[in-house]
Amino acid sequence: MPNAASSFLIIGERTNITGSPKFAKALKAGDWDACLAIARQQVESGANLIDINVDEALIEGEPTMVKFLNLIAAEPAISRVPVMLDSSKWSVLEAGLKCLQGKGIVNSLSLKDGEAEFLRRARLVRRYGAAAVIMAFDEQGQAATRDEKVRICTRAYRLLVDQVGFPPEDLVFDPNILTVATGIEEHNNYAVDFFEATKIIKATLPGAKVSGGVSNVSFSFRGNNPVREAIHTVFLYHAIAAGLDMAIVNAGMLGVYAEIDPALRDLAEDVILNRRPDATERLVNFADELKAAETAAKTGGADPIENRKSKIENADAWRRASVEERLSHALVKGIDTFIEADTEEARQLTAKYPRPLHIIEGPLMDGMRVVGDLFGSGKMFLPQVVKSARVMKKSVAYLTPFMEEEKRLHVAGGGTARPQGRIVMATVKGDVHDIGKNIVGVVLACNNYEVIDLGVMVPCDKILATAKEKQADVIGLSGLITPSLDEMVHVAKEMKRTGCTLPLLIGGATTSAAHTAVKVAPEYAEPVVHVLDASRVIGVVSSLLNPASKPAFAAENRGKQDRQRAEFADRRNTRKLLPIAEARKRRQPTDWATVDIPQPEFLGTRVFSSDQRSAISGQASGNLTPNTYHLTLDEIADFIDWGPFFSAWELHGRFPDILTDAVVGEQASQLYADAQKMLQRIIAEKRFTAKAVIGFWFANAVGDSVEVYSPDSQNSRATVLKTFHFLRQQNEKPAGQFQHCLADFIAPKDSGRLDYLGGFAVTSGHGVEEFAKEFEAKHDDYSAIMAKALGDRLAEALAELMHKKAREACGYGKTENLEMKDIIREKYRGIRPAPGYPACPDHTEKPPLFDLLNATAATGITLTESNAMFPASSVSGHYFNHPDAKYFAVGKLGKDQLEDYAARKGQPVTESEKWLAPYLDY
Amino acid sequence: MPASTPRPAASTAALRALFASRIAVLDGAMGTMIQQQNLAEADFRGARFASHPQDLRGNNDLLSLTKPRLIEDIHLAYFEAGADLVETNTFNSTAIAQADYAMEPVVTEMNLAAARIARRAADQASARLGRPCFVAGALGPTNRTASMSPDVNRPEYRAVTFDTLVAAYLEQARALAAGGVDALLVETIFDTLNAKAALFALELLFDETGVRLPVMISVTITDASGRTLSGQTVSAFYNSIRHAKPFSVGINCALGGAQMRPFLEELAGLAECFVSCYPNAGLPNAFGGYDETPADMAAVLGDFAAQGWVNLVGGCCGSTPAHIAAIAAAVRQSRPRALPAHESAMRLSGLEPLNAA
Repeated sequence: MPNAASSFLIIGERTNITGSPKFAKALKAGDWDACLAIARQQVESGANLIDINVDEALIEGEPTMVKFLNLIAAEPAISRVPVMLDSSKWSVLEAGLKCLQGKGIVNSLSLKDGEAEFLRRARLVRRYGAAAVIMAFDEQGQAATRDEKVRICTRAYRLLVDQVGFPPEDLVFDPNILTVATGIEEHNNYAVDFFEATKIIKATLPGAKVSGGVSNVSFSFRGNNPVREAIHTVFLYHAIAAGLDMAIVNAGMLGVYAEIDPALRDLAEDVILNRRPDATERLVNFADELKAAETAAKTGGADPIENRKSKIENADAWRRASVEERLSHALVKGIDTFIEADTEEARQLTAKYPRPLHIIEGPLMDGMRVVGDLFGSGKMFLPQVVKSARVMKKSVAYLTPFMEEEKRLHVAGGGTARPQGRIVMATVKGDVHDIGKNIVGVVLACNNYEVIDLGVMVPCDKILATAKEKQADVIGLSGLITPSLDEMVHVAKEMKRTGCTLPLLIGGATTSAAHTAVKVAPEYAEPVVHVLDASRVIGVVSSLLNPASKPAFAAENRGKQDRQRAEFADRRNTRKLLPIAEARKRRQPTDWATVDIPQPEFLGTRVFSSDQRSAISGQASGNLTPNTYHLTLDEIADFIDWGPFFSAWELHGRFPDILTDAVVGEQASQLYADAQKMLQRIIAEKRFTAKAVIGFWFANAVGDSVEVYSPDSQNSRATVLKTFHFLRQQNEKPAGQFQHCLADFIAPKDSGRLDYLGGFAVTSGHGVEEFAKEFEAKHDDYSAIMAKALGDRLAEALAELMHKKAREACGYGKTENLEMKDIIREKYRGIRPAPGYPACPDHTEKPPLFDLLNATAATGITLTESNAMFPASSVSGHYFNHPDAKYFAVGKLGKDQLEDYAARKGQPVTESEKWLAPYLDY
Repeated sequence: MPASTPRPAASTAALRALFASRIAVLDGAMGTMIQQQNLAEADFRGARFASHPQDLRGNNDLLSLTKPRLIEDIHLAYFEAGADLVETNTFNSTAIAQADYAMEPVVTEMNLAAARIARRAADQASARLGRPCFVAGALGPTNRTASMSPDVNRPEYRAVTFDTLVAAYLEQARALAAGGVDALLVETIFDTLNAKAALFALELLFDETGVRLPVMISVTITDASGRTLSGQTVSAFYNSIRHAKPFSVGINCALGGAQMRPFLEELAGLAECFVSCYPNAGLPNAFGGYDETPADMAAVLGDFAAQGWVNLVGGCCGSTPAHIAAIAAAVRQSRPRALPAHESAMRLSGLEPLNAA
């Protein structure tokens, strides 16, 4: 018995319209959610399969079956189990077979319509890949007795196995469970006939299985569930013992044989086993008493069902958790039954969630993050995630009217109601993945953007046509599979070709910032932005749609992509390096006869300090001797670029939008407020001392090196003070681009023109360590880190300020007329590359620069043995005034260049190799 | 070549003999080889489709008509590298997939040409190499899913029906058989219902012609969850297609061999037919390319062979003749997987399997 029971299959009957009034009502009302809830309850209650039957006079069977099966397919909690397609109409069964990706069971075929039709349908069932239930029914009618049942089943078995080649293990016989205790004497033995026929079929038809619909047996007792359950339990107990393999039952309404009230069990058994003539009467009397007393002892059922019962009770336990936990559970499990009630409950918590949007940004996004994590780690699979997204949408939809009302009040109070912008989104042609895109859509919609979602597998022309027709502000493309990457490139090209000017967002699992930078962005002149995940999209879109912030954002994006392209070029070790001689031929050309070479108003160095004791006030005088000019921390602070400050705290986003970012905005704002407070204190208390030295000298390029001459040797170039050695790009550039080297920005000696090279060293680091230590002593690490981060920002700001002074000293800077944000975006002429960084990666070029500037004496900055600057908040580098000077990354270096470089520097090749190790291509 | 006669059962017997004697080798990627040619729009169009109203670049299957020599050379390169079996260049040659290019009217022609090109290459290679060379007619998944909705808000919606798929696959398979393929390979299955429609169509074809060709089936496991895109586990998938009495069943695409290992092991443990495996050359990198070298792939597939899990190995996306040569060498020493004894059980499935002995 336990062995038979452990493999016994429960087929959930509640999705059978003839067996469940609740399902019938829901189906007739078209309440599909309720239908699905019933199916889910069956599976959660332990059903191994679910029986689906929509046979009803007023329902059109085929489309109803198809729709319900398609809906179930989208519910992994249901569709994980096989389906038993149940209909008396072959056309409904066939329509159902065309919807099942799994292997199900057709219920049923029979000889009722004759042998030929029976065999034709059986062949089709085979071809559709299903098993089949064969009813004990033939041209003459339904088999009621043991012998009739066995005869018809045996005939069907032989026909199917011998003529169709139907695998016997895929045959399930239903020898008809007929109603007992009807008051008609000849019905009394129906259950016994079933048990005996089952035994014979299992013994004589190898491989075949036996099934049956159990509820029918107790039909006489409808309305009295405790009695019906007892009858079912007793019936199953004996049927399983006889060899029943599976049965259609209400999986949520089964008990344990041993736990039935013994009096009731005996009475039921008398009826089922036809043990005494008055069995029916006795059970009817007992049933009446039971009903009257309203003291129904909870009944039980066959052993295999025992565990499943407690499962049903547990299934509802999550309803007792907090509302946030319930929302999360609903999202993770994809259950939308309670989502509106739970969402409403959260909305009522106005202290916690003052605005509906807060519920979306809080518990709902938290739940979706869990979903994302589970999906990412392979613990959830796609259909579940789709289900979760749907629950999310339902919740958002519930909140939408409240948000609209909020908006209306906002407008009534003088605010603006226009959507912030319109975004056309699509998963590109050839790709069906859209989870990420949908989440992005939800986030955008929640933030008052209008989202036009074109769905999946969207051809390029449709995307562009829709964007034009709807006057969209942004286009977003998504994709998960790798061919989508090429399709995105194609869309970008088409956007360019058709004269589109909208920003393009790229997202999806296989996309990357690198791919976007290297492959997509070069195809389209407008901003092409990779959006890593949904949390980033609001920052990106708001920056792009605000005319004030768009240019700066686009420039930053472009700068980032330039760097990514450079890094990509570096990493591509398969790419052949050009021989250095060839690379030199492909330098950026300059017409040295005509190019503007501005003359600095001073030569030699100028020293600046915020320490008044060592500084003198006054204007720059053109004096060749170093004077000390006055600086204030206040004026330096104006030049701070806050973007990297947030990166240092691992908050990523663009300043100032990061302050209002949906995800990190609150933290970023708090951090910014704290930083401002501390900055004011640093300025007021003069906690840091800023020092700087800048200088200009005569210079000419000699090959890839630059000679710097003494200010006194103007005519003869007699005294070479220092020679700086630069490196040239060897990764082959596409046609029309150049192999850059910084030396190309200085007039070569043989051009006959004298040029100028500048240099600088600045620090705001004096006092930083001490200030930070004061906090550390108080165990305030937050403020200590803040102090250091501000020191770094001030050093960079000082470098920017000094560069401005240097450009002014060269004349052209006096008329550049740039706003501070454009200065911070380096929109001016000239560059200030720093030794050790991509354009001149050798740190050993720092000591000669320091010598030339007398930097240590002027600023107190010293170099460590690895040529790092101390204090840390310091910056040094060269100034190049060439009108076409730009930043670049040198990238990989060939051995030929290294040997040449070491020879120029007059040091062993191994020494240069040591310092440039990360850049060597060999 | 007589177009109307399918290949006789003799080729099936030869194919069986090959699989009985050793681990057979399938070819590698067709798309990767075509991409290396950097073909332009005009190359795809040829003279015949010069004025076709839609872009055709990327429609690799069209090259069977417009650049047949290129396709034949790729087949020959794979045979030379050691492949016993090449796939026709027909992955997208259904009316459904070709609708993107408005090429539905030439689908039959496309499949017929592709089958003949592969047949010609196989016959040439066989004569030159002195060993039997076979052709498998490739039936891809199409670009639509029959058991999933592309619209989250309309879960009951389907972009394609079973009947449409059956008609499209029947058209394709009919032409492939007429073109002389030795077997039919339903591959890169991401939605089992699509595959079931293809298998249904093959049965209709066999009824039509009276000749049964070996049916090879290969599923795509999407990620570490071990499921198809439509959510089935490996064993649930096997239960869903077992009725087709496949010649072989296996796993291809989406993953590299290393990521396929647990799923292949599972499949090898339950399949009653031959088992195949032709992974991608690793997981795609950030640029949609594949990084595994011939030695990398050979190591993984060589291990599968040594474990006794496979009867047919080859390569999918990113693999080249060099990969196939390395793979062929790596499996040469191993014995083919032995077919297990048949166990009688009713094997049902939803997204998960349900087996009743």
